[in-house]
Amino acid sequence: MSDARFIEALDIARYFDVSRPLVQRLIAREGRRTLKAVDGVSFTIPKGTTLSLVGESGCGKSTIARMMVGLYRPTRGEVVFDGRDLAEARGQAAQRRRMQMIFQDPYASLNPRWRVRDIVAEPIRAFHIARGDEVMERVGEALTQVGLSPLDGQKFPHEFSGGQRQRISIARALSSSPEFLVCDEPTSALDVSVQAQILNLMKELQQRLGLTYLFISHNLAVVRQVSDRIGVMYLGRIVENAPSEVLFGAPRHPYTRALMEAIPDLEMTGRIRVPVGGEVPSPIDPPSGCPFHPRCPLANDRCRAVRPEMLAAGATLVACHAVEEGREAQR
Amino acid sequence: MAAPLLEVRNLRVEFPTRRGILTALDDVSFSIEPGEILGVVGESGAGKSMTGAAIIGLLEPPGRIARGEILLNGRRIDALPYAELRRIRGREIGAIFQDPLTTLNPLYSVGQQLVETMTTHLPITPDEARRRAIGWLEQVGIPAAAQRIDAYPHEFSGGMRQRVVIALALCAEPKLIVADEPTTALDVSIQAQVIALLKTLARDKGTAMMLITHDMGVIAETADRVAVMYAGRIAEIGPVRQVVLHARHPYSQGLMGSIPPLDRRVERLAQIDGSMPRLTAIPPGCAYNPRCPKVFGRCLGDRPDLMDAGPTQAACWLYDNV
Ligand SMILES: Nc1ncnc2c1ncn2[C@@H]1O[C@H](COP(=O)(O)OP(=O)(O)OP(=O)(O)O)[C@@H](O)[C@H]1O
Ligand SMILES: Nc1ncnc2c1ncn2[C@@H]1O[C@H](COP(=O)(O)OP(=O)(O)O)[C@@H](O)[C@H]1O
Ligand code: SF4
Ligand code: SF4
Ligand SMILES: [Mg+2]
Ligand SMILES: [Mg+2]
Repeated sequence: MSDARFIEALDIARYFDVSRPLVQRLIAREGRRTLKAVDGVSFTIPKGTTLSLVGESGCGKSTIARMMVGLYRPTRGEVVFDGRDLAEARGQAAQRRRMQMIFQDPYASLNPRWRVRDIVAEPIRAFHIARGDEVMERVGEALTQVGLSPLDGQKFPHEFSGGQRQRISIARALSSSPEFLVCDEPTSALDVSVQAQILNLMKELQQRLGLTYLFISHNLAVVRQVSDRIGVMYLGRIVENAPSEVLFGAPRHPYTRALMEAIPDLEMTGRIRVPVGGEVPSPIDPPSGCPFHPRCPLANDRCRAVRPEMLAAGATLVACHAVEEGREAQR
Repeated sequence: MAAPLLEVRNLRVEFPTRRGILTALDDVSFSIEPGEILGVVGESGAGKSMTGAAIIGLLEPPGRIARGEILLNGRRIDALPYAELRRIRGREIGAIFQDPLTTLNPLYSVGQQLVETMTTHLPITPDEARRRAIGWLEQVGIPAAAQRIDAYPHEFSGGMRQRVVIALALCAEPKLIVADEPTTALDVSIQAQVIALLKTLARDKGTAMMLITHDMGVIAETADRVAVMYAGRIAEIGPVRQVVLHARHPYSQGLMGSIPPLDRRVERLAQIDGSMPRLTAIPPGCAYNPRCPKVFGRCLGDRPDLMDAGPTQAACWLYDNV
C-alpha cells in the first residue's frame, strides 16, 4: 500500500446519452447524441493531502466527485482507492466506510424529517460500526468535532442556519471515521463569514484526523487556502495540474491565466483586467483540437486541429501547445 | 455635491404575520447621486433585496413600507398608485435580477420585449424602437445582433440572457438601475464581462446604480460607495476604499476579514463566530453585540444609529463622541 498513491484516477471518463426520444430523432434524422461530461482525467492524491478541482459550471467537477466515491461508474478508465479498484472496494462495507462525500447544498442534503442525531448516526448504523448506547456516544463525538453540541442532536435541520447545517453534513460524513472525503462545493451556498468558519473547520479536521480531501470549487481564492495541488478543468478535462503555490505563482495554461484574470481585485490596485471573451462551449459539441481555442488569445492552426496532451513542465502538468512551443510568454 | 437622484429616508418595511409583526428593514437611510454606483453588501437575509424591492415598488405582499420615504428626483415614489409606479419602473428605474429568466418572457422574442419596453416608455415608433433594439443588443455584446433579435430567450446561453436583461433594463434610458445579484448566477469569466459592461454603460449614460451583491470583489471594482447591511439596518456606509480596506464597524471588519485572499495562503481565515440573528430574535441594543469582539456595556441596551466614524459612517458606539 502506498500512501503517495492513496487515491488515483486513471484516465477516467463519463459519457451521458442525451439523445432525444427515438421518434423525434427519426423525424429530425439525427443520430444519438453523447455528452462527454468527463473525458479522460488522471490524477493522484497522496494520503493526508488535498487535491482541488476548479473550473466553471458544467466542466465536469461534480461528475468526477461522483465517480471518485462510486456514485457513478466511469465509462472508461479506473479509480484506484488505496491500491484497489474502486468498484471492487465498494463491494465491501469495510472499504466503503473509508470514503464519504459532502455536498454543496446543506439544505437539500439533510432529510428534514429526521432528527440531527439520526442523520449523523446513519452511516454508523449502516456500517454496523457501533450499537446501543455507543451509537449516540459516537454521534455526540462527531457533533462536538464540528463545533456543535451533543444536545443539538435532538433538533431538526430546519432549526439550524446554513453554516450549522453544513456542520451537520460534515459530522455525518465523519461519523463512520472515513479517511477520504470528497467535498463538492461545500461552501458555495454559504456567506463568506460562514465559509471562513467551515474552511477553518475542514483544515483543522484534516490535521487532527489525517484526512485526504478531493475538494471541488469554482472559487480560486478558496482553493488557494485549502489545497496542496490544484487541477484546473475545462470542458471535461484537466488542462493544468500543479502544486498550489506553483499554480498561483506561475500559471501556465491560457485558461488558468484567464480565470485568474477574471477575479475582481479586492485590493483596488487599479489593475486593468481584460476579461476573457466568449462563452463556455457546449460539451455536446466541443470545439475541435484544443477545446479552449475559440477563446484563446494564443490559438493557432495547430490548436484548432490537434488536441494537446498533458506534458510536464517542471512540477506542473499542462495541456497546451503554446506552452510546449514556448509561445506562452508573448502575452 | 450634486442633488441626490435617489433618497431613502428612515425606511422601515414590515411583514404582518400570524405571530406578530416582523420588521425586515428598520431605519434605512441613504442616497445615490446621478452617475454614482452604490454597492450594497451583507450576509444573506440582511435585507439587501428587500431594500431594492421597496425602491422599485415590488415588495412581496404582505410586506409594506411602514415608515419613511423614498424620493426619486425629489419626488416621493413610495406611495404612488400602481399604474403610476409601473410607468416609473422601466422609464425611470430599471431592474436587473439574479435570474434572467424571471425578467424575460419566454413567449416573446427578445426583440419584441425590447421594442415593447421602448414604445411604452419613449415617444418613438416601433420601427425606430427595433432599430434601437439592435443597437442595444450590440452594445451589450450580443454578436450578430441584427440576426439574433428575433430569437427567443431560451435560445441564448445564461451569460447572453443576462446581457439581454441588461439591455432591457437600459433601453428606456432610466436614471436609476437597481441590480440585485446581477452576476451571481453566472460563471466567473462571464461575470467579469457583465460587470465591465454594466460599469461602462452606467458611466457613459450617467445612470446611477444600486448594485446588490455578496461578492466583495465585484463591489471593490465597481462601486463608488458601499453600504454594509446587517439584520435589516445599515451597519456602515462610505467610500468604497474606506469600507473595503479600512472598515470601521466591527461587523464590516469581520466580513472583509473573512474573505479568502487570492494572493496568498493564510493558515487560518479570520472568522466571525455565530450567525446573523433571525428577524424574530434580534437582540436588544446593537444587533451585532452577541458576535462582536469589541462589545461593551452600552451595546447591550442602546441601539446605535449611523454616526461619523472618520471617512465612513458606522452604527457603532465605538464612534460616539470621537
Ligand atoms: N446525469 C446527467 N445526464 C446528462 N448530462 C449530465 C448529467 N450529469 C451531468 N451532466 C452534464 O455533464 C456536464 C458536467 O456536469 P457536472 O455536474 O459534472 O459539472 P460541474 O463542473 O460540477 O458544474 P457546476 O459548477 O455547475 O456544479 C454538464 O454539461 C452537465 O450538464
Ligand atoms: N415574504 C416574506 N415574509 C417574511 N419575511 C421575509 C419575506 N421575504 C423576506 N423576508 C425576510 O426579510 C429579511 C431580508 O431579506 P432579503 O432582503 O431577501 O435579504 P438579502 O437580500 O440581504 O439576502 C430576511 O430575514 C428574510 O427572511
Ligand atoms: S493549445 Fe492552443 S488554443 Fe489551447 S490553450 Fe494552448 S494556445 Fe490556447
Ligand atoms: S455598538 Fe458595540 S456591539 Fe455593536 S458593533 Fe459597536 S462595539 Fe460592537
Ligand atoms: Mg457541480
Ligand atoms: Mg437577496
